[in-house]
Amino acid sequence: MVSRTTDDYRAMVVAGCAAVCEPAFWAGFDRSSAAGFYDYFGQLTEHEPRRAAKFGLPHFCWLCINPKEAEDVQLAQEVIALIPQFLSRPNVLGIGEIGLNKNSRNELKVLELQVDLAARQDQLVLVHTPHLEDKLKGTRLILDVLRADGRIPPGRCLIDHVEEHTVKLVLDRGFWGGMTLYPESKCTAARAVDMIEQYGGERLWMNSACDWGVSVPLAVPYAAQELRRRGHDAGMIDRLIYGNPKRFLSQCAKFRLPEAAS
Amino acid sequence: MLCSGMQRRQLLDLYYLEARSKLLDLAAFLDRVERAPGEADFRWDAFHAALARMQASPGGRAAGVLDALSDPTTEPIPVATTKAACGAWPGNAVS
Repeated sequence: MVSRTTDDYRAMVVAGCAAVCEPAFWAGFDRSSAAGFYDYFGQLTEHEPRRAAKFGLPHFCWLCINPKEAEDVQLAQEVIALIPQFLSRPNVLGIGEIGLNKNSRNELKVLELQVDLAARQDQLVLVHTPHLEDKLKGTRLILDVLRADGRIPPGRCLIDHVEEHTVKLVLDRGFWGGMTLYPESKCTAARAVDMIEQYGGERLWMNSACDWGVSVPLAVPYAAQELRRRGHDAGMIDRLIYGNPKRFLSQCAKFRLPEAAS
Repeated sequence: MLCSGMQRRQLLDLYYLEARSKLLDLAAFLDRVERAPGEADFRWDAFHAALARMQASPGGRAAGVLDALSDPTTEPIPVATTKAACGAWPGNAVS
C-alpha cells in the first residue's frame, strides 16, 4: 500500500488477513503527466507486491486513472492508453477504482472511457462512489453509465463505499456492494453490520480504508469483532469477511491465495 | 434480513452508553455553534434539516439523514473546481 508503512503489512498478517487488494487512487496531489502514472502502475505491480511478500501477504491491485484526476480528459486518455500493457501482470485484478468524485461532465466522460476499456479487455471492475453530499447523485450517475454500456455483467462489478442511502440501489441492480470502513467521517463497523443485517450478506463485503487520511488497515478484523459482538456465528463472519471477497475476486483467474490461507 | 437474533435490551446494553455520549457531543456542538457570532452557513441549515429527517424517518433514519445532506440534483456539474466534499449540498443555501 503506497500510503502505508511496512508495519501495516505486518499488522494485517498478524490479524489474519489473507491478502491485500490495492486500488489505483489519488496520490494526495495531482500527477503532472502520464509518465507519473506509468511509474505508479509499476509501483503497484512490482514494488508493492515485493514489499508485502516480505511479510507473507499476497498483494493484488487494480489499475486506472482515479476520478479525482479525471477532470483533465486529455491526461486521462493518455493514462488510459498506458493501462493495457500492465493488465497481464500477475497481481492485476482489473480496472479500478474508477467512478466519480464531484460528478462533473469530464469525470463522467472519463468513467465511460474506462468502462469501455474494462469491457474490451474483459476485466473485473471496482467503482469508487463519491463521498458525502456527492455520493447519492454520483452513485445514480455511475449506475446509469454501467447500464447504458451494458457490457459489464453486474456480478463482475463492485460498487464501493455504499452507505445506507445507496446500498439498495446497488444491490437491486445486481452489483456487488462494498462498505469501506473508516474510524471517522464515513461508514463505521456498527453501521456496516446494520446494512448486512438489513440487506443480507450475499453480495456485500467490507474493506478497510487505507488512504492518506485517518484510516485503519485493520478495520475489517475490527468489523469481525463487531459481528461477534452482535451475535453472528463464526461461519457467517468467515463468509462475510473472507468468503465473499474471495468469491468476487476469484472471477479473475489471477486471484489465487496460498493453500495455507485459503 | 440477516438477523443475529439479539433482543432490544441486548442492543441497548451494547450501544446505549456510546450513543448517549454521541448525543451529548451533538448537543454540545449545537450549543457551541449557536454561541458563536457569525454569518449564516448552508451547512448549519442542512444539519438542522437532517436532524428533522432523523426524527421523521423511523426505520430509515440513517438513510434519511444522508438523503437530507445529499445533492438532490441529477445532472453532472459543468466542471469540478475542487476535489473535496464538505458534507452538505451548498445548493441548500439558495433553495
